[in-house]
This record gives sequence, C-alpha cells and structure tokens, in this order.
Amino acid sequence: MRITVTVDGTSYTDDVEPRTLLVHYLRERLGKVGTVVGCDTSNCGACTVHLDGHSVKSCSVLAVQAHGSEVTTIEGLARDGQLHPVQQAFHDNHALQCGFCTPGMIMQSIDLLSDNPDPDEHAVREGLEGNLCRCTGYQNIVKAVRDAAHHMRPGAGPEAERVTGADTGSRTASSVGGGGE
Amino acid sequence: MIPAPFDYVAPSTVDDAVRALADAGEDAKVLAGGQSLLPVLRVRLAAPTKIIDLGKVAELRGVREEGDHLVIGSMTTHYDVQRDPLIAEHAALLARATDTVADPQVRHRGTFGGSIAHADPAGDLLAPALALDCEMVIRGMDGQRTVAAADFFEDFFTTSLAPDEILVEVRVPKHTGWHAHYEKFNRVAQAWSMVAVAATVRTDGDTIAEARVALTNMSSVPVRARGVEEALVGQPATAESIRAAAEHAAEGTNPTVDGNADVEYRQHLARVLTGRAISAAMAG
Repeated sequence: MRITVTVDGTSYTDDVEPRTLLVHYLRERLGKVGTVVGCDTSNCGACTVHLDGHSVKSCSVLAVQAHGSEVTTIEGLARDGQLHPVQQAFHDNHALQCGFCTPGMIMQSIDLLSDNPDPDEHAVREGLEGNLCRCTGYQNIVKAVRDAAHHMRPGAGPEAERVTGADTGSRTASSVGGGGE
Repeated sequence: MIPAPFDYVAPSTVDDAVRALADAGEDAKVLAGGQSLLPVLRVRLAAPTKIIDLGKVAELRGVREEGDHLVIGSMTTHYDVQRDPLIAEHAALLARATDTVADPQVRHRGTFGGSIAHADPAGDLLAPALALDCEMVIRGMDGQRTVAAADFFEDFFTTSLAPDEILVEVRVPKHTGWHAHYEKFNRVAQAWSMVAVAATVRTDGDTIAEARVALTNMSSVPVRARGVEEALVGQPATAESIRAAAEHAAEGTNPTVDGNADVEYRQHLARVLTGRAISAAMAG
C-alpha cells in the first residue's frame, strides 16, 4: 500500500505492507534509527515519536495509519547543530545512564511541556509514566525536564528565544521550543 | 515482533466501514485507536485477515449535547475525553476514569469506543459507562440499534456487538453537578486495574440524594454495586455513613484469581476502594 508521510520535515512516499509498524518504517525504510525499540509489550516508550503533534508509541501505530500525517522523531529536533532545549537539558543534567530510553524520554518530555509548561516533580513523573528507564535514572530525568521547562519559559532569555524563533501561533507539541516540524 | 499479514482498508464513512466489515467476513477486525489491538497483533495472539481502520471516519469523533444526554463518538480519543468541557460538566466520572487509563502516549491514540468495545474486564471505562447508565449505539448492515450498558457487556472481552457491527456512539445521561471519582488500585505505573471503583454522587445539602457506584475487574464484566448505592441514599455525607455503605461493595461479585490477587483480597479491595472513591468524590 502506498503511503505519503512527512518525517522530520521531509515528505516520503513509499509502498509498505499494511502490517508494517511505524517504528519499523522509520528505522528500516527511512534509516531513522534514533528511534529505538525497547520492548515487545508497548510498555517502555523508547519508540515514542510525535504524530501530528502528539506523542505516540510508534510500535503501536501502523505505518499505513500515518499516511497523510507529520511525524517528528528525535532526529528532527536539533536545528542547525543546535540541540533542542530538552535535549540540552538532558545533556546538562546527565539525565541518562545507558541512553537507550533517552530518545523516547525526550520526545515525551517535549509533549508534556506543551501541555504543562511548568510541571512540578509529580507532574513530570506522571507525564513520563509511559516511559521506562531500566537503569532507573529517573532522578536526573525529572531534574532535566524541570530544567528544560525553566529554560523554555516565555522570556527565559536568548537561548529559548532563539530556538522558538518567530512565533508561528501553533502550540503543537513539537513546535514548542522549536521542534522540527 | 511483526504482525501476521493482513489486508487493510480505511473507509471515510460509517456506511463504508459497515459494508467493508460485512464483506470481509468473520476474520476481519475493526481498528479503533489500536492501543490494545496492535500489541495483540504483534505477539500474534490474533491474526485477522482484514483490518478495517476507523481512523479516517471523521463523523465518529467528538462530543455533542442532545437534550438530557451527551453523545460521545466512539473514535473520540482518551486525550480529548479528558479535556472536553461538556464531559467535565455533565459526566465528570468519565473524565476522571480516563485520566487513569494507561499513559499519555496511549491516551493520545486510544479511543473511548475502542476501549468499551474491547471489553477488557480491567478496562477503566466500562464501570463508569455502567454506573452512568450509558447506551451503546451500534450500526450494522441491518441498521442501527441501541443497547444499555447493563446488557452490552456479556463476558471477558465479549459484548453484544455482532461480528458485522460497529459501536458508533455512546449516549451518556447527563449527571450535571454530580461529584465523581474513580479510584484505581494497581501495582505499578501503567498497569491495569487490579480493582477499581467508579463512584458518582448527587448531594442535596448535606445529604446524599443519589449515588451510582460500579466496580472494575470484580467479575468478567463491570458490576454495579447496588447495595452501596441503596445504603448511601438519604444518608448524611459523613465518613461513618460512607464506611457503612462501602461494606456492601463486594456483594454478588465474582472476581477472577490471578497472580496479583485472590478472591478474598479483591473483595477486600472493593470495599476499601469504594469508601475511598465516595469520600474523594465528595471532597472533589
């Protein structure tokens, strides 16, 4: 079946089997291996991407369901070599140990911050409920998300202003803080 | 893991979807949000030959008012149910239960109607639908029919939907101004309910005028706690009266035994959680 999907700002048209999972299409057809598969049960959230501005587990979406949609992966966040503020915050706060859960954690954190720009610790933990870190590195992950919120708040200074750029008026998950859509 | 091969169609109207389902025969499966179906396909617990995706059927999404009812399109996502102003005003119990479903990613894709039609006894929206006396609007080749929630759920993962029928809407009697809470007990984040209690209460001054209470995962289908409801009506909304009423919660229940809990423990949970649910509803 022929699908057209925009991924990280580029439009792709491909023939796929209906049973192809979105995550496999991203990794194996498009080479977007930044999005990883961590489980077979939909629990781990490592494969989280944004589909039309909302976080989804790409192991639980068929590629054909994404026909006509926009997908943003972890690979579409950085702009001109500049990390997204959430990526930067994960780096600054050492919010990873092995790093396998990190792409999903970052994509879900961006989604969380679009719904709640200033989450307290409890709200961060609830918002990341669908993402598991097997290294149990949650303390620094929570710290990073709150740090990112701090840097992304309106008037937070040059860095945040630079990545948000001209206000497009949209507040889809990926556009907050300058996601690659 | 990769699902077994299947044919796929994504009709854009309910009529086309119903026709596709009828044409496909018994090995077809309807895809709503896919958050239960895709994991099942992936591990090949099911291998339908045809998938009929309702994702492009715009008429199945959204919430509207019809007199003293709300009508929720079956493809309305959990995320939208959580934020819908009509549901917040007239059926708060549904919003509170939906808050507890899975995790944010799943709530973005998963749908109200998909969850109801899937009829997992641990699903969090079945008991609220029963407590609120919802009606299921069903469409098939023979036309449309409406089934009360009490008759809709028949057994584990089994509803009164025929193989060629689709759940199109859920009609919810307005419970405007009722207090509501959904108390869920599970072991870890994103786990299914071991037991959960849906409670909604209307007060008249300091007195409980009406109460609706239903239980999740205390049988193969959601169970209405009639004994609790009757014990609450006319009582002052005190901790003592709530505790006394909650003692009736496990009456007539027949919970399954699994690695998490035996019958006795689940019945104990039903009583404790019912008390908590009603207290939290009154406080909210």
